[in-house]
Amino acid sequence: MTKPQQVDTAQIRARYPDVFHRPASARLATPATIVAAGAIFAYGLVDLDFSPSRFVAGLSQLGWISMMMIPPDPGTSLPIYLKALGETLSIALLGTTLAAIFALPVSLLAARNIVPNLFRFPVRRFLDCIRGVDTLIWALVWINVVGLGPFAGVLAIAVSDFGAFGKLFSEAIEGADQKQVEGVRASGGSALHEIRFGLLPQVLPVIAGQVLYFIESNTRSATIIGIVGAGGIGLQLAEQIRVLEWQKVSFLILMILVAVAAIDFISGKLRFAIIGRRAVA
Amino acid sequence: MTIAVAILPEQQLAALNAAYRKAVARKRLRLLAGLALFVAALIVAAIGAEVNLRTFFTYFGNFVSYFDRILTLDNGQRVWTNFGEWFWGWHKWLKLLGETLLISYVGTLTGAVFAFALNFFAAENTSPAAWLRFTVRRLLEFARTVPGIVFALIFVIAFGLGPMAGVLAIAIHSTGALGKLFSEIVENADMKPVEGIRSTGASWLACMRFAILPQVTAGYASYALLRFEINVREASVMGFVGAGGIGQELVVAIRKFYYSDVSAILVTIILTVFIIDITTGWLRARLFGKEART
Repeated sequence: MTKPQQVDTAQIRARYPDVFHRPASARLATPATIVAAGAIFAYGLVDLDFSPSRFVAGLSQLGWISMMMIPPDPGTSLPIYLKALGETLSIALLGTTLAAIFALPVSLLAARNIVPNLFRFPVRRFLDCIRGVDTLIWALVWINVVGLGPFAGVLAIAVSDFGAFGKLFSEAIEGADQKQVEGVRASGGSALHEIRFGLLPQVLPVIAGQVLYFIESNTRSATIIGIVGAGGIGLQLAEQIRVLEWQKVSFLILMILVAVAAIDFISGKLRFAIIGRRAVA
Repeated sequence: MTIAVAILPEQQLAALNAAYRKAVARKRLRLLAGLALFVAALIVAAIGAEVNLRTFFTYFGNFVSYFDRILTLDNGQRVWTNFGEWFWGWHKWLKLLGETLLISYVGTLTGAVFAFALNFFAAENTSPAAWLRFTVRRLLEFARTVPGIVFALIFVIAFGLGPMAGVLAIAIHSTGALGKLFSEIVENADMKPVEGIRSTGASWLACMRFAILPQVTAGYASYALLRFEINVREASVMGFVGAGGIGQELVVAIRKFYYSDVSAILVTIILTVFIIDITTGWLRARLFGKEART
């Protein structure tokens, strides 16, 4: 066996100083970040009135509440809850569909490969503004317009998703292959033909996947907009929490969990059916 | 130059054509059936959600005029003509906004720490035992499926009104969401370093620390930043149920019809969300290099 060659470490050190001796800024960056994050965290705890005694008292309260939640029991209001759940699903489905229908043409305006930058910019910022406002706030605004009830919820979800869809769709359009579009143009198609035959067949599966995903996530959003009075199961939930009917609360939460799981399952199947198993990223 | 195209005999061609037409027709039929089903579902949903187009069109003017009203000051001028009057409460609002940001910061960090503690148990390739993995996964699923604001409603009763309830609600929701994403990163990690470290006789903990962690930290940080962005939005409505932050002020302004206040608070929220989006986007890009800036 040959003896391993002696290594002259001093020489290697001298030749590659940056490997052996990292500057202080690089070595201290991670600890400094952690200390800063911890400091802000500690400041936050103080500023937000976190006191250990309050925390412990709250936890014991929470323990009592969870004890009282068992077993989940709807009492006599099961039909009302089922109706509310149906309302929630309706809100999610209608809201998402409306948003998708309105977002499709607007997203064309926001896509880089269709519209010059000058027009694109205001459209994008407009969509960003709509997205920056939470669904619950939109629900409050629509309640002022059409009154309390699930219709306000539909409109709230439609508007807030319009912003999200506009951005996602336009990104899908920007990611599309331009060769098909060029082909349509070469055969003498107009701009509308280019979009209809060159672009849409490419982006529709992507868009369909996104819409299905949003129906699923909107089922979650739709469960909560009832809290501000825009219909659905959230209304029942907020009411039962306020009157401390914990058994009903836990039943409602269970209902929401089951409904979301069911929608998850169905939309997963549908997504595979529409775009095929491979295309799901 | 002439190109000869082989033309099939009439009979064979007809058969092929018929088969093709049939295939297309079947596809169309399926599409139409799907569409019909979808439209039927929409109609049922419209009845369920009490959609009333008449109300909508009668009151749609309200929607437009609502924006007109929130952009008008009490003295009838447009809001942007007098910034001092429009943002008269900026001192109070900025303080509440700071509270909102702190709520989401503390909540996200707590959630990220818990998610970090749990994610190795939830990932398929690193979990020490199947039953542990199952339990942790169900726990995380529960934490992210129940909406944050529902937790907030319950916590407001347990911990009293104030930002504490908001922080805890956001922390729980973030634990669920981040735990899932973190464990997915771990599942994508290369297992060869783990084998290498295990071969030296290291414990499970050492394997995680020296083999997995160096591969995944950048991904963790990126997802945590994304979550922070989402949580700022969420914290802005926590006040609706009394869980602190600027939402409280907004809901009061909307319910009491302080129109110009509504627009001022909304503008502040939107601007903050923009700034947070841009900053975290920039930070994420630095963490991951340019290609991850999506």
